[in-house]
Amino acid sequence: MKTIELHKSVTASNDKDAEELRNELRDKGIFLANLMSSAGSGKTTLLSKTILDLKEEYRIGVLEADIEADVDGKAIEALGAKSIQVHTDGMCHMDAGMTRTSLEELGIEDLDIIFLENIGNLICPAEYDTGASKKVMILSIPEGDDKPLKYPLMFQESDALVITKIDTLEYFDFDMDKCIERVKYLNPNIAIFKTSAKSGEGMQEWEDWIRKEVKEWKNHA
Amino acid sequence: MHELSIVTHVAKTLDELAKENNLTKIGSVTLEIGEVSGIITDYFVDCWNYFKRNNPLLVDAELKLEEIQAITFCEDCKQEYETVKYGRICPYCKSEHTYLLIGNECMIKEIEAE
Repeated sequence: MKTIELHKSVTASNDKDAEELRNELRDKGIFLANLMSSAGSGKTTLLSKTILDLKEEYRIGVLEADIEADVDGKAIEALGAKSIQVHTDGMCHMDAGMTRTSLEELGIEDLDIIFLENIGNLICPAEYDTGASKKVMILSIPEGDDKPLKYPLMFQESDALVITKIDTLEYFDFDMDKCIERVKYLNPNIAIFKTSAKSGEGMQEWEDWIRKEVKEWKNHA
Repeated sequence: MHELSIVTHVAKTLDELAKENNLTKIGSVTLEIGEVSGIITDYFVDCWNYFKRNNPLLVDAELKLEEIQAITFCEDCKQEYETVKYGRICPYCKSEHTYLLIGNECMIKEIEAE
C-alpha cells in the first residue's frame, strides 16, 4: 500500500458540483436563490408574498425542501408558481447533487427565478453550496437578536438577510441596532431588509433587491 | 449533525481519486477534524462503518481521525486563545472582536491505497 496525501476539504466534491450547476444556470439566465432559516421563521409566508408581488414580471419556481409534509408546496402552487416537494431522506440540508436532481424534476427551462426553500436549520445548510446564484438568510424577530453570535457561519455565508415579522417588534426584546451591528461585523457586505409580509413593510426594498440581482445575473448569461 | 452526508462526500472524492489513479483498494483514510466543526466523532465512525460495507473500494478501509484544536484570534489585543475553553469573548481583554483562526475544518488528510 502506498500513502497518498490529499489535504482536501470533505466538501470539495460538493463545491465542484455546485460550481458546475451555477455555471449552467448562468448560461441559461436562470436565477436560483437559496433561502435558509430556522423552522418557523416565516419563510413560506415571505415567499408567498414575494411570489404574489413578482409573478407578473417573472416565471417563478419553488423547490420545497422542508421535511414537514407538503403543505407548503400546495400553498405555493395555489399562488401560481411551479413547485415540487424535495425529499431529502432525512438529510439536514440540500447539497448540489440533490439540488440538480430536484431542478430536473421541477423542469426549469421556462423559468426565470427559482427559490430553494432549504431545510429549516441554521447550521448544515450554511456549509453546503447548492449551486445557487445567491444565498439569502431569513431571521424572524421572535428568534432573537443573538442569532449572529450563535450561528456565525450562516451570517458570513449569506448575500442577503431578510428580517421578518417586524410587526411583532414591540412584543419582543429584540434590539434591531445590536442585531444589525453583529451581522455587519461578521459580514460587512450583506444586504439587510427589515420586512413584514403581513403589513407589507419593507417588501418593496427586498423585491427590488431580487430584481437587481436577477438583472445582473441575466446580464452575465 | 450531518455525519452521514459527510461520509458520502468523502466516498465520492475517494471514488474519483481511485479512478484517476487506478486504485482498487483503500486500506485507511485519515481525516483531520476541527474541534468546533460540529462533527460528533463517535457518530461519524458509526456512519463510516455502515456506509463502507456496500462500497467495494472502502470495505476494508480503516478510518483514522485526527483532531485539530480550535484557536481564536482577538483583533483588539492581537492574542490567540483556546476557543473551546473561553468561547467568543477574549480572556485577555474581554473583547468581542474575535474570530476563529482554525478548528472548524474537516479535511481528508491522506489515504493508504493500492
